[in-house]
Amino acid sequence: MDFVNAIILLLNYIFIPALTYGSQLALGAIFVTLIYGILRFANFATGDMMSFGTMATILFTWYFQSLGVSLGVLPTALLAIPFGIIFMIFYMLLIDKFVFKYYRHQKSPPVQFAMVSIGVMFVTQAVVRIIIGPADRRFFDGEKFIIKAREFKEMTGLNEGLALKSTQVITIFVTIVLVSLLFWFLNRTKTGKSMKAYSDNEDLALLSGIDPKKIVLVTWVIAGILATIGGALYGLDKSFKPFTYFNNMLPIFAAAIVGGIGNPFGAFLGGYVIAFSEILLTYAYKKFFMYILPVSMEPEGLVQLLSTDYKFAVSFSILVIVLLYRPSGIFKGKVL
Amino acid sequence: MMVLILLVGIFQSWNIALSIFNLCLISAVMTMGANIQWGYAGLINFGIMGYTALGGLAAVLISVDPVQEAWRAGGFDILMALWLIVVMVLVIRFILKRFEKSKIRSYSIAAIIISGILLIRFSAEPGIEAIEAVDPAKTGFLGGFGLPIVFSWIVGALFAGGLAFIVGKVALGLRADYLAIATLLISEIVIAIIKHEDWLTRGVKNVIGLKRPAPYEVDLQTTDWFINLVEKFNSGKLSVIENLADRQAALNQLVIEGSSVFVKLCYSGLFLVVVIILLILTQKALYSPWGRMMRAIRDNEEAANAMGKNVVKQHLLIFILGSAIVGIAGAMLVTQDGLFTPGSYRPMRYTFLIWVMVIVGGSGNNFGAILGGFVVWFLWIEAAPISLFLINFFTAGIPETNALKAHLIESVPYFRFLLMGLGLLFIMRYRPKGILPEKIEIK
Repeated sequence: MDFVNAIILLLNYIFIPALTYGSQLALGAIFVTLIYGILRFANFATGDMMSFGTMATILFTWYFQSLGVSLGVLPTALLAIPFGIIFMIFYMLLIDKFVFKYYRHQKSPPVQFAMVSIGVMFVTQAVVRIIIGPADRRFFDGEKFIIKAREFKEMTGLNEGLALKSTQVITIFVTIVLVSLLFWFLNRTKTGKSMKAYSDNEDLALLSGIDPKKIVLVTWVIAGILATIGGALYGLDKSFKPFTYFNNMLPIFAAAIVGGIGNPFGAFLGGYVIAFSEILLTYAYKKFFMYILPVSMEPEGLVQLLSTDYKFAVSFSILVIVLLYRPSGIFKGKVL
Repeated sequence: MMVLILLVGIFQSWNIALSIFNLCLISAVMTMGANIQWGYAGLINFGIMGYTALGGLAAVLISVDPVQEAWRAGGFDILMALWLIVVMVLVIRFILKRFEKSKIRSYSIAAIIISGILLIRFSAEPGIEAIEAVDPAKTGFLGGFGLPIVFSWIVGALFAGGLAFIVGKVALGLRADYLAIATLLISEIVIAIIKHEDWLTRGVKNVIGLKRPAPYEVDLQTTDWFINLVEKFNSGKLSVIENLADRQAALNQLVIEGSSVFVKLCYSGLFLVVVIILLILTQKALYSPWGRMMRAIRDNEEAANAMGKNVVKQHLLIFILGSAIVGIAGAMLVTQDGLFTPGSYRPMRYTFLIWVMVIVGGSGNNFGAILGGFVVWFLWIEAAPISLFLINFFTAGIPETNALKAHLIESVPYFRFLLMGLGLLFIMRYRPKGILPEKIEIK
């Protein structure tokens, strides 16, 4: 019985939160990696673009709520996400037209692109804060829990409860669907294959008659979908605050590089690697050991490898180690 | 630029003008550091925030008086932990030197590092807790050396240079954009450590009331020569007032205002000296054979390598030099504020804004770096009043109660981001070399 309790404890405090957080990071990381693979620059505006998409979603959610439209047990935001995506894609194409296109035609070095993306980052941050303000906002409605900790305890008679939030299930479900669709698109359709070819060797792709304008357009569309959904899911699960989104850029970058930048599948797994290592290394295992060890061997301290303050530092350290020993990432990067 | 600051002095107040001017000088120093790395050598360093914070830490460690009680409570444990770290580094160095590169070697090094960290954590834990328990509302940390704070400017440079040495050893081999990301993340790690190692830095509890290199306002207000000075400066104004009591009250007011201006002027003088010294040094370096070599490496690494220049070593050197300058600026910043707040170090303000300064000013040109520091900092501060004025101007016809207008006025502080972003984008597009482009005389 104690053993089952220990498993439930780990599920509740490590596995499910890490899976959710990892899914949110994974979507962002695929976004970074796509931009890196096809448009060839490190996009420092990632976090703020995600917050822009989330902001659009929130505005539509409020609009629907004021109309009285709702999805019952599901959050209204799910209905608003498609509209948010359209807004996001429109904004991204606008930025591409006025900012990035020029440098693409000039064939500027990636560093210059990165600098320009910092300019975009400043502008996007300003736009988001001017429109919706810097405050912390929750826009979740509908049923909050699928399984409540107390109900679970009563149902199974265990000591440990398992709480399953509906946002966690939605996040994981949406991520799986979206990522499988994306990989189907990249590997099976003609456009997806030409994107891969373009990422592999630009000149050769141009020679074989691939239209670069179309590739760039499709990339931004996919990026918009990923950014909005990733951002909105994070906002639903936690809360929306422009500053947190900007900070999230860092673990997202870490995930993309750890997985091998330019490689969407690597980025997908990288998200989970980062999330799990962050939570595994900073969790206090005292209770876990209390269940599985005999009473005489109970640990005195919290049995915590690192304090939770170092959550971010963990993922960054992993990144530094990966960069040192395997700069191309765990799954060989730069093959889209 | 000076005219603009003078205008602020006349229209807003001399106090604001001088504090803008001081921060402009500090920004200029930071920008010069980043400019050395980016403009001279083409190295991208997004870790400026980390070096700034280390400089600030140096200011705390140098100037604060040592907390004897805390040293007694846990000093021994901390020294033991430090000693353990040194032993660990030495052992790793020994292994690296003595054994061939192999899987076993990598794994054993990893094992040593992990077990070392665990050992240090468990051995230092009681000491750290004891130190943090010493009067936590006031101290709860080890304190510093109790030296004058100006020394910390040099120590800050050493700290930042030391960190840059480690970072450079680790990350300089990476490609430009990877280097940018790696340095950004490493600086976040540095901030995380400074924020949460309370025994060293008091963490988010902040260190306040640091020593000053300038006199205190309160002391000045009671000093005779200063009161006389203020009286002399304002004799015209004062002689108009007939009533003796009124005149005395007006004088007191002037003395209070004058004292804070005077203190700020002292800081300005100190900072100006630093800026001028650095400007002379960097200008000399730029036109020396060494500067030529750096540019050669920047423009064509392979060619420079083929000419027998040690690219790796020079990159490391310039990375350390630039970071050390940023460290000086960090110490200056804390000196000016008189307090150290680890929570306030954010990449937006201390990394990206500095990069905007470098790009706008003109990379590779030291005067450009200073100009960038001044222009961008001035706009960063004055963006809110300017945009408020513009909003009021354009929405003059709309009544005050209009929701849109009220919302815009409420979000005035965020227009500075918009201004910075648009400024950066326009400069990158239409004047990619900055306001003052790099000028190289070929003789």
